[in-house]
Amino acid sequence: MAAPNVRCTSRDQYPRRWAKTLKLELRGITKSFGTLVANDHIDLVVESGQIHSLLGENGAGKSTLMNVLYGLYSPSSGQILVDDVPVNFSGPADAMAAGIGMVHQHFMLVPVFTVAENVALGAESTSFGGVLNLAETRRKIREISTQFGFDVDPDALVEDLPVGIQQRVEIIKALVRNSKILILDEPTAVLTPQETDELMDIMGQLKAGGTSIVFISHKLREVKAISDTITVIRRGKVVGSASPDASTTELAELMVGRAVNLTLNKADATPGAETFKINNLTVMNDAGQRLLDDVTLSVSQGEILGIAGVQGNGQTELTEAVLGLHKHVLGSITLDGKELVGKSVRQVLDSGVGFVPEDRQDDGLVGELSIAENLILDLYKSAPYSRAGTLNRAAIAKNAINKVAEFDVRAQSSQDAADTLSGGNQQKVVLARELSRPLKLFIASQPTRGVDVGSIEFLHKRIVAERDAGTPVVIVSTELDEVLELADRIAVLFAGRLMGIVPGKSSRALLGLMMAGLPVAEAQEQMKSQSESGTTEEGAQP
Amino acid sequence: MSIITKSETPKVADAVAVRSWKLPILLGVLAVFAVVVFVVLGPSGTATFRISQDTDAWQVPNLVVPAKAVGVLVSIICVALAYLAWRQTRDAGKIAKWVVMTFAVVFVVGMMVWIIGGTTTQNITLVGLFSGAMLITTPILFGSMSGVLSERAGVVNIAIEGQLLAGAFTAALVASITGNAYVGLFAAAVAGVLVSVLLALFSIKYVVNQIIVGVVLNVLVSGLTGFLFEKIMKTKVDGLTIYNQPAHLPNISIPLLSEIPIIGPTLFRQSIIGYFMLILVVALWFGLFRTRWGLRVRAVGEHPKAADTVGINVNRTRVLNVLAGGAVAGIGGAYFTLVAVSSFSKDMTGGLGFIALAALIFGRWNPIGAALAALLFGVAGNLQSILSLAGTPIDGQFLAMLPYALTILAVSGFVGRALAPAADGEPYIKE
Repeated sequence: MAAPNVRCTSRDQYPRRWAKTLKLELRGITKSFGTLVANDHIDLVVESGQIHSLLGENGAGKSTLMNVLYGLYSPSSGQILVDDVPVNFSGPADAMAAGIGMVHQHFMLVPVFTVAENVALGAESTSFGGVLNLAETRRKIREISTQFGFDVDPDALVEDLPVGIQQRVEIIKALVRNSKILILDEPTAVLTPQETDELMDIMGQLKAGGTSIVFISHKLREVKAISDTITVIRRGKVVGSASPDASTTELAELMVGRAVNLTLNKADATPGAETFKINNLTVMNDAGQRLLDDVTLSVSQGEILGIAGVQGNGQTELTEAVLGLHKHVLGSITLDGKELVGKSVRQVLDSGVGFVPEDRQDDGLVGELSIAENLILDLYKSAPYSRAGTLNRAAIAKNAINKVAEFDVRAQSSQDAADTLSGGNQQKVVLARELSRPLKLFIASQPTRGVDVGSIEFLHKRIVAERDAGTPVVIVSTELDEVLELADRIAVLFAGRLMGIVPGKSSRALLGLMMAGLPVAEAQEQMKSQSESGTTEEGAQP
Repeated sequence: MSIITKSETPKVADAVAVRSWKLPILLGVLAVFAVVVFVVLGPSGTATFRISQDTDAWQVPNLVVPAKAVGVLVSIICVALAYLAWRQTRDAGKIAKWVVMTFAVVFVVGMMVWIIGGTTTQNITLVGLFSGAMLITTPILFGSMSGVLSERAGVVNIAIEGQLLAGAFTAALVASITGNAYVGLFAAAVAGVLVSVLLALFSIKYVVNQIIVGVVLNVLVSGLTGFLFEKIMKTKVDGLTIYNQPAHLPNISIPLLSEIPIIGPTLFRQSIIGYFMLILVVALWFGLFRTRWGLRVRAVGEHPKAADTVGINVNRTRVLNVLAGGAVAGIGGAYFTLVAVSSFSKDMTGGLGFIALAALIFGRWNPIGAALAALLFGVAGNLQSILSLAGTPIDGQFLAMLPYALTILAVSGFVGRALAPAADGEPYIKE
């Protein structure tokens, strides 16, 4: 498709850049990586001054599309038009010059730089001889910060800032560069519900100020709350658009491609004996910082305890400490009265702990090994899979055929390498392996991260089945929706401390306050005073 | 609209519990060493430090101290400080910086007095110690600046040794042929750049493991210069090795400044390379931390993708920095043949390029820190040669080992968690 593209090298080609608003159009964008077609003839029009949502499952091709738009990838074919003028971005600098800004899912900030240095980078004001003049940048940051109520200190080091503030730094970065279209890639993934509300608020202000926004998400609730237009992408193709008043079920069907049951039908828990106990658990890093600070909790047989919290508040340390992966651990962890602290990983596993690590690709599977081999990763030493130090191939293959059928793993053959599977199927393999032993405790970290909706349903059912079989279950998830869906009780971690344990049906608003660092009593207090003054936000309930 | 009241964030960092006993134990051992060696085995008599040279305009009187008394005093202070360090570790979990610093200074003073008191001449010329140290410091320093340039941009530079050697060889050859030391100096910079071209090509364009490329380049340059040395430089014309008799760079004394005791003869009676070195350290520090160029280079070394997303060409920045580093190290290599000695010999850099790497790490990738580390290594190295001349009872081979033992200690123990640029050694590949 050799359209007469304007190759842009300097800002002068963009007189419209200084106009109040921009219109953006994508025509037939195709991007393939080898044989994989990530984007297949995508057409999209973002009208000026609108919030346009891109809805799609993980891996549907949303981020690829935005990276094409931002000049990070060059499209295999297709055209981008800014205010009806075809453009060709050879890099992010061109996209920025055209008035497009992007807040990446993983922030593009240098941790050891200050806010001002990060904002200035690439668009520095300098005095004679290239000497940095950060005063000008600081002034601009303060100006934007005041305008939107950002509360950002230009001289703070980025690595010291909480994620929510880092995200604002990213937004400032785009605004300082006069972006008229702002792409937000899964911006709420790292935020508490309250921070998400604040972000929505900011998006509204930006829109009122004439900035168009492309909002990328897989969370239906958020997309419905904020969008003017919704475009749904599935497997690299636009499968339809919807208005924000479409029902959640309609959107989910469009996104997944078939009818989905969004609510899990589970019976109430019938808790038995409290067999898993954590007492005053403290985990430290080598520098002596407390990553987990004096946490006490217990889980009963036949009960799911959900652990909620924004990423990086001690959840990883909690699960790893149980498994025996941490060096500096104080306190005690008991299972059936037996102490686990100080035991080797092998001993912990042998005492009946099943563990799904949060990063399945790095910690849960050996990608180069076959599905069959991955299914016996922790059982390779025992009969019938090995005898006298020699693997029994036939038994391994038989086990694989059974497990693949039982867990509905979609694979050509169980002898294929595990990393040829999709995220959802990889997770099924991990779950199949961990649930194949008789368990006394099941811990799953981020059980459905990056997994398609269809597989989520299946995985959730298996976890509940394990609960109903009488195993104590611990679920760690940064997706509050998932915790609310599965958990019978919810523990909230913040900065390594336990903010409290509340019943599974608690409100999002209460959990959000706890995730932001309020102990349960204070959070309930604040909820009460708000409902009295009648300012409880709409949509704060699940 | 926002309903969240910002509660006081509990700080994650109450670093207390994990105590490190490494340092108090080390100080304790050294204090015992001080008592045994400086007092019990200490020399009687005096130690003389000669501060001025006979030719100096201002004469500062020599410093004469009684060796035994100083030994006793030093030991008492060391023991007291070690005890203090132990108490601080027990009570607060960490040791105040001044305790370690004071300990180090006092211990070094005690060591010097003990060693000099034990020599047959019982005196040492401080000017000789420091100006002689420059012979070792200069190449280390240039090498570490090459490292700063390339590693701040995220390319590990193990090839410093090769860059120095290429510079030394080329300077000698070109200065011999042209008869002009300045042309030789320029050629040395070019030679350093050529080594860098290979480093950049393989590590950035072909994404070969940077450490392996560096090591291979060192071996390559060593072999190549060794071969050319045999084939060209040893060729005699009329009984003279005319290709290995480079013109020398003259020393330039700066009026007044060169008359300051110790500092004058050390820093202000140097060749042009020495002055360039002083300017380079300051310029590089200013450039890295105060200019747009430096901000971009550091961003590329810390988080290349972030730099890319704001329109900075990551790989071009890296290539340019690696090349600039090559030029700097090449000039450092020229110091060997145009200033320090009068001809090239095989593998004459003798591992100083690796010590430069250690200085870079010891100085925490900061030009000024690396320069101070280079000075430290230089003084330690030169002390050894001076002492063997002064007739110390300690074995020369043992003394020769000390700077390297110091290097290992410095790099492993005292730097703490190394603060390398986050993306150092990570190639940047765009999808």
